[in-house]
Parts: sequence; C-alpha cells; structure tokens
Amino acid sequence: MKNAANREGMDYLESLPRRWVTVYIPLLIFLFVLLFPFYWMGLTAFKPNAELLSSDGNPFWVQNPTLEHFKKLFFDTSYPSWMWNTIMISVISTFLSLAASVFAAYSIERLRFRGSRQTGLAIFLAYLVPPSILFIPLATMVFQFGIFDTKWALILTYPTFLIPFCTWLLMGYFRSIPYELEECALIDGATRWQILVKIILPLAVPGLISAGIFAFTLSWNEFIYALTFISASENKTVPVGVITELVEGDVYHWGSLMAGALVGSLPVAIMYSFFVEYYVAGMTGAVKE
Amino acid sequence: MASVELRQVRKSFGTTEVVHGVDVSIIDREFVVLVGPSGCGKSTLLRMIAGLEEITSGEIRIGDRLVNNVPPKQRDIAMVFQNYALYPHMTVSDNMAFSMKLAGTDKREIAERVDKAAKILGLTEYLDRYPRQLSGGQRQRVAMGRAIVRNPQVFLFDEPLSNLDAQLRVQMRIEIKELHQRLQTTSIYVTHDQIEAMSMADKIVVMNGGNVEQIGSPLELYDNPDNLFVAGFIGSPAMNFLPGTLVASGNGRGVRLADGCVLPAPSTSAPDGREVVLGVRPEHFEIGQSCVEAEVVVVEPTGADTQVFCRIAGTNVSAISRERHVFRPRDRIHLKPMDGKTYLFDPASGRRLQ
Amino acid sequence: MVLSRFLDNRNRLGMLFMLPAAAILLIFLTYPLGLGVWLGFTDTKVGRSGEWIGIENYEWLWTDSVFALSIFNTFLYTVVASVIKFGLGLWLALLLNKHIPFKSFVRAIVLLPFIVPTVLSAIAFWWLYDAQFSIISWVLVELGLIDQYINFLGEPNLARASTIAANTWRGVPFVAICLLAGLQTIPPSLYEAASIDGASPFQQFRHVTLPMLSPIIAVVMTFSVLFTFTDFQLIWVLTRGGPINATHLMATLSFQRAIPGGALGEGAAIATAMIPFLLAAILFSYFGLQRRRWQQGGSDK
Repeated sequence: MKNAANREGMDYLESLPRRWVTVYIPLLIFLFVLLFPFYWMGLTAFKPNAELLSSDGNPFWVQNPTLEHFKKLFFDTSYPSWMWNTIMISVISTFLSLAASVFAAYSIERLRFRGSRQTGLAIFLAYLVPPSILFIPLATMVFQFGIFDTKWALILTYPTFLIPFCTWLLMGYFRSIPYELEECALIDGATRWQILVKIILPLAVPGLISAGIFAFTLSWNEFIYALTFISASENKTVPVGVITELVEGDVYHWGSLMAGALVGSLPVAIMYSFFVEYYVAGMTGAVKE
Repeated sequence: MASVELRQVRKSFGTTEVVHGVDVSIIDREFVVLVGPSGCGKSTLLRMIAGLEEITSGEIRIGDRLVNNVPPKQRDIAMVFQNYALYPHMTVSDNMAFSMKLAGTDKREIAERVDKAAKILGLTEYLDRYPRQLSGGQRQRVAMGRAIVRNPQVFLFDEPLSNLDAQLRVQMRIEIKELHQRLQTTSIYVTHDQIEAMSMADKIVVMNGGNVEQIGSPLELYDNPDNLFVAGFIGSPAMNFLPGTLVASGNGRGVRLADGCVLPAPSTSAPDGREVVLGVRPEHFEIGQSCVEAEVVVVEPTGADTQVFCRIAGTNVSAISRERHVFRPRDRIHLKPMDGKTYLFDPASGRRLQ
Repeated sequence: MVLSRFLDNRNRLGMLFMLPAAAILLIFLTYPLGLGVWLGFTDTKVGRSGEWIGIENYEWLWTDSVFALSIFNTFLYTVVASVIKFGLGLWLALLLNKHIPFKSFVRAIVLLPFIVPTVLSAIAFWWLYDAQFSIISWVLVELGLIDQYINFLGEPNLARASTIAANTWRGVPFVAICLLAGLQTIPPSLYEAASIDGASPFQQFRHVTLPMLSPIIAVVMTFSVLFTFTDFQLIWVLTRGGPINATHLMATLSFQRAIPGGALGEGAAIATAMIPFLLAAILFSYFGLQRRRWQQGGSDK
C-alpha cells in the first residue's frame, strides 16, 4: 500500500466540495446499491409475516422483530442437515484439492519435469472449463459409479474446479520463493521431500490460506452439480435446499427464505472477514498470473 | 580441508556451450577467486563444483574424490549465496543448525557448534532473531555462519558481497579474509569485482566468455598480464591502450601513434612495422615529463590523488598522480610512461608480445 | 550416466507428484468433456443409454426456435452485463484507489456481493423483484414516479433487464477489486511525471492508466465474460428461463432439457454448442496474458 500513501501527494489540489462530488457521493451510491440487498435480506428474516404482507408503516424497519422464521428453518425443515452437508463437502473437497494442488504446483513449478510447461498450461485451461458444460456427462458418470445422491458425488466432482484454481494460485506462490533457498537446502543435505515440507510449505503458508479460503467459498457457492447429483432432501446442500425445499408451490415464505439465505451466507462471510487480505490476494492472484 | 581439481570441465545448456574446457588446480587451504564480467561462466563453474549443475564433460575432484556424480550434500561443501538464501521462517540459530539437524547430529553438539560460530562472527545476541530483523551485514554473517558450522572441506562463495553497500562491502571483505586466515578452509570465491579479487585472493582465475584467460597471484596478474583482456580487467583505473606501429627509436624501440608521435616501447622480438597495442597503466604515467602531448578533457580530484582524463592521438587516456595538479579542460599537458612499465599486445589475438 | 539418472528421478518424482491432481482431472474433467461431446451425438435419455444418431440433435436444435432464442439471450446477457460490469467496475476501482477514509474496510465490504453464494443473494433479488411486495416498486410509487407495481420478472424485456442487473450487482465488485489490484501496481511516479508534463486528470487516465491497465483488463474481462456466458444459478433462481423462455440461457436450457426433461443427449448437444464460444474467450485471454509479459519486459523463463 505504499503508493496509496504517496498518492496523497497531490490531493491538496482538490477542494473538499469537489471531492464530495467526484469521490464520496458516487462511492456512497455504490456502497448503498451493493449492500442494500443484504440489509433487506436481514430485515426480512426478522420481520413477522403480518408486517411483511401489510403495506402500512415504514417497510425499511421492523416493528416487532421475530425469530419465528429461524425457528421454522431449524426445526421444521432439514436446514441443519443441509448446513452440515455443505460444511462437510466444502471442507473435505477443499482439503483434498489443496493437497493434490500442492504436489502438482510444486512439481510443475520446481521439479520442472519434462512437459511441465505444457502441464501448467493445461491446468490453466482446465480452470476455464465451466461446470455448466460438464454436469450432464458427470451426471451419467455419477450414476454409473453408484454415488448418485451421496456426498461423494460432490466431494469427487468439486475438485474439478478447485484443483485447477488452487494449483494455478500456488504455482505463483512457489515461483516467488527464491531458488537459492532450495539449492542451499540441497547442499545442507535435505531431500526433495524435506525441502517441500521444511522450506517450501512454511514459506507458502499465505498462499495455502488464500487458496484454501477461496476454494472453500467456491465449494460453498457451488450449485449446478449439487442440484443435479442430489435428490433426497436430507442430502442437499444449503443453496439447493433453500431454493428447492423452502418454496412450496406459489406461496413463498419470504421470511424463512431470507433467514435461510442469511444463515447460509454467514459462514463464508465470517471466514471472509477474518481473511480478507488472503481472499483478495487469491482472487487477484489467479487473475494476474 | 581439501584440494579441488578441475580438469577440462565443460558445460552446455542445450546446444550452447557456456564453459569451454576449464582446467584449474586449487591446493589445500588456498583462497581462490574466480573473476570475470557477467556471463563469463564463473558462477556456472562454481555451481558445478557445488553440484547444483551437472557437468557436461570433464572432471571435478574434491580431495581425491571424483565428485562428478555426487549429489551436493555428499560433497562436504558449504556455499554462501548472493542473496544469502537464509530460510526466512527460521531463526538465526535454526538457520545455522539446519544442516546438522538434517544430518541427525547430536543436539548438544549442534548447540556447541552454533555457539562457537556465532561467537566468531559476533552473532551471539542475534541467535533468536529472524533474518528479516537483521541488517544486510548481519545477514551476510549468518550466511557465513551457516557455512562454517558445518566445518566443510571447501567454502564456496557466489558474489556474496554484491548486495551490500560500498562501505559494508569493504568491511566484510576484511572479515572474510580474516576468517579464512583463521579457519584455513579451502575457499572458492566468485565475483565480478576485480578489487575484491585482488584484495582477497591467494590465486585469481580470470575468466572471459567461458574460458580461463589467466591464472595467477594478484600481483602476477597485475605485473604480467598474459593478454589484453587480463590487462584491461585487472587494475583500477583500467590500463590505457594506445594503438600504433612498432618502430626503432633512438637506442631502443618505440610505438608510433596515429598522429606521428612516438612512445617508448619495452624490448620485444617483434619486427619493426608491426601493428601493436601499447598498454600503460594510469598510475604509470608521469605527468609533466615531456614525452607525449595530451589534451585534458576532465579532471577528477579525489583528495588522495588526481585522475586526469585526456586525449592522445584521438585515443582516450587516463593518468593518475599523487600530486594535486590544477588543470582545466583543453589544457595541453605532457605525459611520460615510466620505464619498464609498458606492455605490448597483438591487436588481433590480444596476446602479449614479449 | 548417473547424471541422467538424476534427471530421470526428477522426471519420475514430477510425475509422481502430479499423479493425484492429474488422475482427478483426467477422470472428472477431461473424460466428461469428451463424454459430453459424444453424448451430444446420441439420443441418451435418463435411465436409458443412447444410440449414436449423428448430428440429429444439432439438426433438431437448428430448427428449434427456443434454442435460437437462448443463443440470442446468452449473447445479450453476456454483452450487456459485461459492458456494464466493466464500466462500473473500472469506475469503482478508480474511486477505491483514491485516498478515502476507512479504505481497507470499504474495500472489504465492497466485495461482499461476490463472496456470498450466488443462489442465496439471488433469492434476495427475487424478493426485491417480487411483483406484489417489491420494495423498489414501493419506493417508486411513494415518490410518485409510477402508479402501478412493476412486474420485474413477468415481462420478457423487464425480466432480461432485471436478471442482467442482478448479475451486474454480483460482478462489479469482482471486476473492481481485480482492476484495483492492477491500479496499485502502476508506479505513482508516472502520474507525477505526467502531471508535471501538463496532463489533465482525464489525459492521465487516457495515457497512463488505461495503457498500463489494459493487459489486466483483458484478463479480468475474459474471466468475467466466461462466468457470465456460462451463468446458470442466477437465472435458475430468478426466472428458470421464463417468462416464455425470454431469459433462457444456453446453460439453463441445457439443464432443463437434460435433467427435468430427461433428454440427456439433447442437453449435452446444447452444452457442447457453448464450447466454440468459450474457446474464443480462452484464446483472447491467452493473448492478453502474452501481452502482459511483454509489457512487463520480463522474459518468460
């Protein structure tokens, strides 16, 4: 952020009113538009049905906040098990992908085996293959493997987008670790394995966190595979459960829907708030490389 | 401690050969400096000795052992890298202890050896710090500490001082030399800085374009350069080269420059009329002694001495003198090479003519 | 020679380390990619393996007006949303690059729409767009701008605009934060030199910011186009392709025909038809990357 501090340099030329018009007001409008849906989501989740459907009073506030929608969510639906499924699937597929990616990235970037460049390019291309063209053939495979409607259907398919992403990101991190450290360790008598475990991994911790956080949110966010490969209510993930089970016919339980969306967003939002820098580094790193 | 023997060592990357058959013998306890401009192959040679690059052909022996196919860790060497390569996530003492830990050395012995090395290098109070908390000079010392705790047969240094500022560089130069005098470990030191080479080496290997140009003690190279390259590379400021023709002059030989004036030449077997290059070091010009006239271009007084840049027969020449001359640009001054301090070279091959 | 053995080991170790990742990607990515293309040439249905029918699926799709409409929708959706995302994203990035209070906090919350699961934020939009209870309509009515609630998702063109708006809402933060990262790599001294050379703020933007940023713009927008083109979640939650197929994208149509409709072969054919467009985007990205290396003056190892 060094240049941000420097940038102050010529700010003195801009008058305060001018800054309000050119910077602060547009920024506030942006923030309002970007954040309003969250406010609305939260507000609705706590509004009793009577208030939701009445057109009297100020709709931007809640008169009698209620936990009724959350109660319905947790006790009358399978929401707790959707939550549990999502956590399990996200955590396991993230760790699997991270482990596979560490080896792959180290191998491509540092072992420089024959064809490593092409492999790196292939990983990048794999990153660009979207789930929406894979879900149909994957559905037939999932069926054949007999893992349809189980967690394994998702745990095994999520790595298809997690591994390319994590590998690509970690390659960038490994590249930034000086070669001399490895050479020095070689002279110091370390084996390849010891170099990876004692030198490279400790130094790549920020990269591992970035990749892990990002992979976790990607898994949490995944929809089309979960929608296609899972059918029993108790096996669903949060996004699929909320959209398929909380909507009954034409009667929308807006309060519970919003409560479901809110609670389902919380884990990633909390995780994000703790690791903002890592998340941003992961996102921009993957684009920049 | 051991000798190191390179015999016809070659290195190719793909189809390009970057080291063309190098022969060097390094005797036990010697401090040898490989010096040359960047890209001359000196670092590659060092990395082959370390085992970080494979040897395309030829032989490298450390002690009596042929090490061509021995992995780095079994060569019993230690290396100090240009950027120090300190492990950033380990403390100073962990950095120094790393190799011994890997080797499974007894804990008490590790502590003893780290302490001893730290004491030698004045690092005792920094043992628990991380590399990022240290100054450049301290990091440099840690890198050396990491090398000496292992008590290896050979120290390898890859431009270890080039990341330091000028003052610190001079200080560390002295420390490394002192350390060598104390430990007497065979050392091979790579640098592009000929002053470092001159001030530290027992023996200098001058390299250029993948070839060894000359091997010798610092003063041998200074007094008796084999060729134009060594003559120009060793010595600072660099030797002046004046192209001309060999002629008989008075009771000896001389070199006639393009504008017709004649400078005295050392005795040589080469015939009159031959095209030659006359080499004179700046410190071997006497200013004010009549011999050849020069036009002053720039004067650089440094306090201790005065360096005068001038032009003789269209060639730029510098002369250095302990006296404080007051010249202005375009003044005409007289220069005279000292007797016996001039060299003749063949302009085509660069070989010294004697 | 033992040295070549050393290299062999390096190769062997490299292969060994690649094995887990390569196995998963080959089985669950490369193979299904091929399988998908093959399925497109069959009449596979759910629960019944299909026969090879050549290009029959494509022939049928060629005459299918819904498919044609979905292609039109996909392009409209991608082009309009991407252009808006780029414009607003760049603007937001420039704003965030200024000296503002609580800079890092503001930057952190700006990205919230991107990290929250699309489906869940889409539900919030669904509620915002509700025909009877939309708060947007409520405000507009209160302000006296309209006298009837807007049927955001019920009219073809309104539905298109509404889905594009929701997509833009989620995409702007991504574009903005990536471009901000690019902006921060531009050395401030360039701006200082430009202003001493007499460049106005707009000229600085035109002659310093844009050229320095163009490689990363190319990459970010390729990703953005790719994500938008293959979008599924948002449409599925908001409209399921309706009203009267007005918002069906190729991805949603492919899903609808294949999974609820059971025509796996036909769905696969639609998905396969997306590949050429994706390839074009990937090539664009590849050349964007090349240019970036050149601009940095760095050699590619």
